[in-house]
Amino acid sequence: MLEQQDRARFEADVLPHRDAAYNLARWTLRGRAQAEDVTQEAFLRAYRSFGAFQTGNARAWLLQIVRNCCFTWLQQNHVAEEMTEFDELTVPPKAENPESLAMATYDRERLQRALENLPAHFREIIVLRELEGCSYKEIAAITTRPIGTVMSALARARQQLRTLLTEPVPKGASRDL
Amino acid sequence: MTCDLSQTRLHAYFDGELDAMGAAEFERHLEGCPDCETRLAAEEKLRAALAGAQLYTRAPKSLREKLQISLPKAAIPPPVEPSRADSWRWLAIAASVLLFVVVGWQYLQNLNRTLRPQTMAAVIVDAHLRSLQPGHLEDVISTDQHTVKPWFDGKLDFAPPVRDFANDGFPLMGGRLDVIDGRTVAALVYGRRKHIVNVFVAKAQPGDSLHGSGELQGYHWVAWQQNGFSLTAVSDVAYADLEQLKQQFFAP
Repeated sequence: MLEQQDRARFEADVLPHRDAAYNLARWTLRGRAQAEDVTQEAFLRAYRSFGAFQTGNARAWLLQIVRNCCFTWLQQNHVAEEMTEFDELTVPPKAENPESLAMATYDRERLQRALENLPAHFREIIVLRELEGCSYKEIAAITTRPIGTVMSALARARQQLRTLLTEPVPKGASRDL
Repeated sequence: MTCDLSQTRLHAYFDGELDAMGAAEFERHLEGCPDCETRLAAEEKLRAALAGAQLYTRAPKSLREKLQISLPKAAIPPPVEPSRADSWRWLAIAASVLLFVVVGWQYLQNLNRTLRPQTMAAVIVDAHLRSLQPGHLEDVISTDQHTVKPWFDGKLDFAPPVRDFANDGFPLMGGRLDVIDGRTVAALVYGRRKHIVNVFVAKAQPGDSLHGSGELQGYHWVAWQQNGFSLTAVSDVAYADLEQLKQQFFAP
């Protein structure tokens, strides 16, 4: 059990990041209900192992736990996810050209769907960078990858996101959001 | 044609992950690379769209309550639901928070306008190092002050003092434009024996943070304000040499 002092520290340093935790879980799991359960689970785990966390970036530390909990949940629930690693993901078939760059449409619904349709490892990196505002160093810590890999993955994730935004809207693609 | 940098450094630049030197280097590349320019614009558009779409999903109230129940009670104080009688108090708190944010933001804007001296010295030394790379030293190559001075006409919103100090051992070699901390400045290049001295000249501003002298990475700098200009001389020569140049700069 945590000492009084550690409890106060957890309250001050970790708990304020519940929005960050939930947001990452919601996008990684692509569902609100699951995200709630998994975030709660992640906080319990963080709370139990907080003694081992002394100083450093509490948000990155928490988000790493959230991420692990999410991927465990996806595995246990046999959710069909494209879990290929960055290195194996091929460049999208349609190479970008200036014309297609200009064609992408950016309304909220399309952006939401495009982000949801990105492969899991691309999705999380966009969420961490663009929604959460993490630095490369933080993303590298959260996803346990080298910084160089983060940069090239981000480049390809953005390109693929744009490619999805230029495609025609598929029928019945809407999800529970 | 796809530029190789558009898949690598462009993103590091876009995400603010390059140091001052790397960023300046990429900006130079950007000037001559329409491919990177187009892609950078596309990245900016995508980022603005993602930010505007408000995709960030905050933890719902139900989760906050669950966290409160599942973690030991002592860890989290129960949320206080403001009663009707309290609402004026909350409004007052909200108003002072807003005021704090607005004032704080403006304060930060002011802070950001000029870099701290330590950072500023690093930026100056970076600019000096950048200038020493092949082909970067001068935009106008001339030992004649009457050629160098008019070259700056129309390129700056002030006329920098340009003089040749060849008789004092500082021959004028040329000049160029440089950007220091977001301001376009004149860089005057002098020789000192086999060494190069850069003198950065800007219009003096109230917040100019660099005064005195210092050393960074083996380079010396001397900064001063005079005749409405902010000047910084930087080189690997001795302090005494830079001081001598400073004394002569506006000497009659």
